[in-house]
Amino acid sequence: MPTYRVAPQLEVRLEEFELFAIDRLRVLKGISDGLSRGKRPEEMEKLVSELWKAHMRHQDPAETLNKDIISHFVLRLVYCRTEELRKWFLSMENTLFRYRFRLESPESQRLLMSEFQLPYKALPHSEFEAVKDKLSQVARSIGQSASVESVFFKVPFEEVPDLVASRRVFLSKGYAYVAMSQVVSLVVTQFRCNISKALVLTNRKWTATIKEQEKDRLTPIVEALSNAYFGPDYSQPNDATEISPKDIDQLARTSFPLCMRHMLEKLRENHHLKHGGRMQFGLFLKGAGLKLEDALTFWRSEFSQKVGSERFDKEYAYSIRHNYGKEGKRTDYTSYSCQKIISATPGVGDHHGCPYRHFGEENLRAALNNMGVGGNALEGILDKVKNRHYQLACTMTFEATHGVSCDTGINHPNQYFSESQKVLQAKNQTVQSQLST
Amino acid sequence: MGDERVEAMEIDGQQRQEVAAAVPDGFNADYLRIYYGKLFPYGDFFKWLAYGNDAKHPGCDQSYIGRRELSFTLENDIYLRFQSFDSAAELETSIKEKCPFKIDIGPVYSVDPAKRHAYAQSGNNVFVPVERELIFDIDISDYDDVRYCCSGADTCLDCWPLMTIVIKILDTSLRGDFGFNHILWVYSGRRGVHCWVCDSRARKLSNEQRSAIADYFRVYKGGENSLKKVSLTGPVLHPFLARSYTDVLKCFFEDKLLHSQQLFASEERCQKILELIPDENVASELHDKWQGNRRSSISKEDVNAARWEQLKTTLQSGKHKTQGLRRCVEEIVFSYTYPRLDMEVCQST
Repeated sequence: MPTYRVAPQLEVRLEEFELFAIDRLRVLKGISDGLSRGKRPEEMEKLVSELWKAHMRHQDPAETLNKDIISHFVLRLVYCRTEELRKWFLSMENTLFRYRFRLESPESQRLLMSEFQLPYKALPHSEFEAVKDKLSQVARSIGQSASVESVFFKVPFEEVPDLVASRRVFLSKGYAYVAMSQVVSLVVTQFRCNISKALVLTNRKWTATIKEQEKDRLTPIVEALSNAYFGPDYSQPNDATEISPKDIDQLARTSFPLCMRHMLEKLRENHHLKHGGRMQFGLFLKGAGLKLEDALTFWRSEFSQKVGSERFDKEYAYSIRHNYGKEGKRTDYTSYSCQKIISATPGVGDHHGCPYRHFGEENLRAALNNMGVGGNALEGILDKVKNRHYQLACTMTFEATHGVSCDTGINHPNQYFSESQKVLQAKNQTVQSQLST
Repeated sequence: MGDERVEAMEIDGQQRQEVAAAVPDGFNADYLRIYYGKLFPYGDFFKWLAYGNDAKHPGCDQSYIGRRELSFTLENDIYLRFQSFDSAAELETSIKEKCPFKIDIGPVYSVDPAKRHAYAQSGNNVFVPVERELIFDIDISDYDDVRYCCSGADTCLDCWPLMTIVIKILDTSLRGDFGFNHILWVYSGRRGVHCWVCDSRARKLSNEQRSAIADYFRVYKGGENSLKKVSLTGPVLHPFLARSYTDVLKCFFEDKLLHSQQLFASEERCQKILELIPDENVASELHDKWQGNRRSSISKEDVNAARWEQLKTTLQSGKHKTQGLRRCVEEIVFSYTYPRLDMEVCQST
């Protein structure tokens, strides 16, 4: 399995250049879909194996390796050019690497580990038996099942500060007992770091020389590839009363009020939201048309990255079902109005509440800039905030981002959302009717 | 003869008064001068910081001790950094001359701190810290919210044992978990203790590694607005925490602290503990039970132990299946007894 450290000294035919890249993109896109559907690690492992077999495998293993390396480097050219593209590519390649690593033989894994300067020796059986109980105890203390792993490595504690800090390893006499899955994390972290740096360098080279040099040959292919495949298909119309997890990021960009945009951003970033955030955002999504099963999928896809699917199912799924009226006293809770949200008191680590009330001026400015609001409109909004007219501020944001006036004023996030959707659909219809005339 | 005796007694009395007048209470610079003159262990102090490099064999780094920074705080709060010494004699001379009110031990640098400016000229960052002991700073005033006998810089025999507990837990872990051997525990001079881990391995730790060790020890998350600052999640505790609880904290809490701090002896103190229970029903149930008991004649001695037993029984009865209650008893014990480290662990610089 390659680690893509060095660009290949290979000759590539132009058709292969594009075809190899497209096949790899099919794999990455498949991974992206799998993640957004909240598939568990075992399912992802299976998915990666299938995707790889379907699109990348060749009868001749040397050919497979060739294609693997070439396609990766071509896609670096495609996805190095903006921050957003880099982030997506890095995330998908990282996931691909992680699951391919898991599928490798122990021998192969050991070789890869030493390539990443992690030359750990596996614990001999006798030593393992001696500490087995403690290892099991540590596993259970971090929410894993007691005896899943049998391969452990004894590593000086200095080398795994993150695992020590979070008490995810057993320590004895200066050594940390690191499970195979944790070593995978270390390998993947290194991998990610390497690719991340490489992407930045590639971007520089692209901008400085390659783009111009290749303007008749590679550049048009590279540009076509990034446009053709990045993200979901935006041109499909949405059912106004129903949304699905794959739409959420795009809807956030176009139609969520700032409070919900912020929580989505933090959820994506931290793979977690505290209780206040889960309530405010969860009920909002429900009001926007996210069905219960999809909600569970959505929250699991994020939370499982932080606490694992098992813990998600045990500790968080219940309250999501509760919000949909499927547990406890079966009240079908309604989403929060602006008044309720504004009166919330978020504490440290919370992201709910009304950003117009709780953000400092700098942060609010930045957030509004991100929404495309600037100039006089921005100053007007900040003025309203200073005078504590938070809902008016939000209304003005709506007006600035949608180019229409909102006479009724915003008093509910779901209202913001549906008004926004109405405006956008009206615009689409106008465009379509213009095109057809 | 009676007169003689009276005379003798009067003279004695006078002498005693004179001596008393010459020896004032509290700190003064004269005492310090005497201390530096007669008592300060220059040789041992120097030998410690040399870590063997003051011997004559070829493995020794002659420059080592001269690269160690010491700082002096003088009488008028004048702060002198980057003091360094090549011998115990030099150290002795300087201390006796300057009579510092406070001496801080800094890191070992890449070059003699006294020559740092010369190296700065070359542009590259050659004057950097290369070694520093691993230090922990524990302040008893960090426990003010759980001790009723004292506050701030005061301490007494009832609350000082909290420091003993810190020492027991950290020392055991530093040796057993981290493999360190050369650990110095000292009274900080005012209201706490300092821990100096001096192993070579410890001195070479990076800031990130030091933070990791501090985080490993961290359980109490004070400073936020939430009432509950200890949260022990997971079906079982990490072996380090479990061992701390069973070997040290549980018996300290039940055998000593309950009584020395009279943790359940008043409405207010009971309320404080009840606030740590995440289930309101359970908390009110206990509250009501204790309202009732106040009227019966239990001596102060019994009330703490009795109420603690009641609380444990209620929480561990299994009747209440709420998630948060699983570890509640341990969380309460940890809140009151577990070490509270100053998270600004001394960094290299």
